[in-house]
Amino acid sequence: MQYTPMMTAPAWKKALIWALVAAGLVLSVPNLFYGRVEAHNDAALAVEAAGFATEEQQAALDLWPTWMPSGLVNLGLDLRGGAHLLAEVQVSDVYKARMDSWWPEVRDALRDVRDQVGSVRRQPTQVPYELRVQIENPAGMAAGVEAVRALSSNIVTLTGVGQTDIDVTAEGDVLIVQLSEAEREAVDLRTIQQSLEIIRTRVDQAGTREPTIQRQGADRILIQVPGIGSAAELKALIGTTAKLTFNPVVRRGTNEDRTPGAGNISLPSLDEEGVWYTVEEVPVVSGDDLTNAKGDFDQNGRPAVAFQFDARGARAFGDYTAQNIGAPFAIVLDGKVISAPVIQSHIPGGSGIITGNFTVEEANRLAVLLSAGALPASMTFLEERTIGPELGQDSIDAGRVAAVIAMAAVSVFMIASYGLFGVFAVVSLGLNMAMIFGILSAIGGTLTLPGIAGIVLIIGMAVDANVLVFERIREELKNAKSAARAIEIGYERALSAIVDANLTTLITSAVLFTMGAGPVRGFAVTLAIGIVTSVFTALFVTRQMVETWYGLRKPSTVIV
Amino acid sequence: MAWRLRLAPEKTSFDFFRFQWLTFGGSMLLMVAAFVAWGVMGLNFGIDFKGGTTIRTESAQPVDVGAYRAALEGLPLGDVAITEVFDPSFGPEQNVAMVRIAALDATEAVTPETIAAVEEALRTIDPAMTFPSVESVGPKVSGELVWGSIIAVALTSAAVLAYIWMRFEWQFALGGVLALLHDVFITIGIFALFQIKFDLTIIAGLLTILGYSINDTVVVFDRLRENLQKYKTMPLRDVMNLSVNETLSRTLMTSVTTLIAVGVMMVFGGDVIRGFCFSIFMGVILGTYSSVYVAKNIVLMIGLDRSEKPKNKGTPDEFANVDA
Repeated sequence: MQYTPMMTAPAWKKALIWALVAAGLVLSVPNLFYGRVEAHNDAALAVEAAGFATEEQQAALDLWPTWMPSGLVNLGLDLRGGAHLLAEVQVSDVYKARMDSWWPEVRDALRDVRDQVGSVRRQPTQVPYELRVQIENPAGMAAGVEAVRALSSNIVTLTGVGQTDIDVTAEGDVLIVQLSEAEREAVDLRTIQQSLEIIRTRVDQAGTREPTIQRQGADRILIQVPGIGSAAELKALIGTTAKLTFNPVVRRGTNEDRTPGAGNISLPSLDEEGVWYTVEEVPVVSGDDLTNAKGDFDQNGRPAVAFQFDARGARAFGDYTAQNIGAPFAIVLDGKVISAPVIQSHIPGGSGIITGNFTVEEANRLAVLLSAGALPASMTFLEERTIGPELGQDSIDAGRVAAVIAMAAVSVFMIASYGLFGVFAVVSLGLNMAMIFGILSAIGGTLTLPGIAGIVLIIGMAVDANVLVFERIREELKNAKSAARAIEIGYERALSAIVDANLTTLITSAVLFTMGAGPVRGFAVTLAIGIVTSVFTALFVTRQMVETWYGLRKPSTVIV
Repeated sequence: MAWRLRLAPEKTSFDFFRFQWLTFGGSMLLMVAAFVAWGVMGLNFGIDFKGGTTIRTESAQPVDVGAYRAALEGLPLGDVAITEVFDPSFGPEQNVAMVRIAALDATEAVTPETIAAVEEALRTIDPAMTFPSVESVGPKVSGELVWGSIIAVALTSAAVLAYIWMRFEWQFALGGVLALLHDVFITIGIFALFQIKFDLTIIAGLLTILGYSINDTVVVFDRLRENLQKYKTMPLRDVMNLSVNETLSRTLMTSVTTLIAVGVMMVFGGDVIRGFCFSIFMGVILGTYSSVYVAKNIVLMIGLDRSEKPKNKGTPDEFANVDA
């Protein structure tokens, strides 16, 4: 057989191929120096926020040159360690509060048509977004419905204009007021958004890094915080409603007060066993009136929470303390009395401290909760996971060992099977790995433990495209065509099989990505990227190497 | 000629249909067996699908399952399962166990108090015991995860079916997807038989099998399509045999490189990921087998309508440009 020159790719195409490979390589480099680059990135963020750099931060900044790319592959929770919570917001809590606030209005409206409906009575109901009112005179129902309907207002939603916020219907002698579906949707949306906002503020103020806080489905919130010790800790931070009120104390007792009297409620003490306070239900001021709260110490050096009211709260608080010197008032958090100090003097400035049996951490946490505001509804936790950082590190180490061994074994196997062409495939495989990490870093992808498995799987699968081509070239060589022609035809004929085979795997990873959560999604991402890069390296990079080698050595025969 | 490692002789002409009754019949039998194992023994569902809590413990002392069980005896818990975990990467001071507690409540995951109580009880055995991971899933979510997984497998199969139908012909699509389901169900059967923990990552593994195994089948089909064009008068059975023989070397090569990589991950990748790697490992073996012995048998059984092809000669043939 004689040497015949091969059709080679045009120069621009060659340049483009190698430029892409180089970009992948450069982008993947920061991951080799993970600790350094991470310190650099943290410092850079802090410096940007603060506007100046401390000596320590400068040192961290100097760990990595700024002209280099500094994007890193994010490590998933299962590799870094941290806590994961899936919370369901009890949106119906809000419905109930809404219906409670509708009741006085409805009652007043019905009172205006009293001569037709007679006396009215609220009935208990199982449906949280419903208010049932029994009227004495069913004949006047139409007038009652009319009167209540007049209270409704139009709401504007994306789905429809002209819907009202309440639906009013009659059932025998019972008048039923329900939140309309559109209004319920609007309430749900608002509740979830407020909850998200408050959770985000609380988690941010607790000083954790890179938390993930996302809405999931209709009424769920996913919270992932790397580096936090346990899910229980995270739950204490975000699971507390943190509704703070200041209520006048009626009396103090050692038992629950069964007959607190109209407008009063009996509440237990937070840390004094068996102590109950009867307080007025309507608070003087509440946590909504706070502008700021921070961890502090009282005059005896015990941990406390210092707070500051806004103008309205300060006036109400000032007036109340001026009129009630010598009387106790209760500081109530989520239905429990933290403490009930006696008012010593008029407190005009609108600031004060809350003391109780706090540890420093508890005081700080309460301060965070108070300044972030109360959650609009309570939450139940459907799923919680804590992964220790050591377990994550073990997984990374194991994954690294497995990847190196797999790479070595596949390399030996490929070279033994295809000789020089095998070497080309192995070099391509190396570049392929670098490109996967480069792309993951560039798009800020997250690497999870199944993701590492995905990369190892790709090591095995990536050579497939090369194998398809090499086998095809072998066959074509048997057909006694010229070597150059055999190589060309080999690439051409193998293409349809390569594309079909890889597209089906790509479809799978798309389904995995949309359906899966967390770690599985990480697997889908690495698998998808790996498929794209392995097809790219097999079809273009390996081919470039083959063409260049063929052009340089000008062999008369080719053995694959 | 330089020495080369060969997994298959250079030119083979095996008759892959010769022992049809054994290979294809055996496959069908295995599938039935897998369903029986699945139905009778059930799957060892992890908390992802059943709800509950798992606590991973690590201690310098050897794991005594009885002592662990005794320590948790007095606590108000649901069913407790304790298994020791082995891994070649563990040091002599590293003794790991998984404590699994069934869910009690209907929706919520678990209370921090319960976990604290369990941890405290276990620390009476070894005060230095650590708990590298604590995971808890409420039954409400786990129910949804089961459905989500079934939908995921169904969707993937449907998508692959649609794609192959589009690129090849419906007989190929059906053969390919049935071969896929064969791989997936036998793998599930193996998980049932050995009672290996079945959780969300296993579903990811099964979906990966769907993607991988169709890979092999598609390569055979691709060659079959090409040969059907080339040898228009050769009986279908012979064209199939030829195609499988021609692609045999590649099929084995790719399966072996993938098996090497996944096998290495299974051995060295740590116990957390082992089940996942095992599912893919099994899937690759079954996938290779089924693309040679199952997928094309189904196409042969259904039969291809090859007579239409000459009629279409005037119009652009659907296979004409696929090689480009």
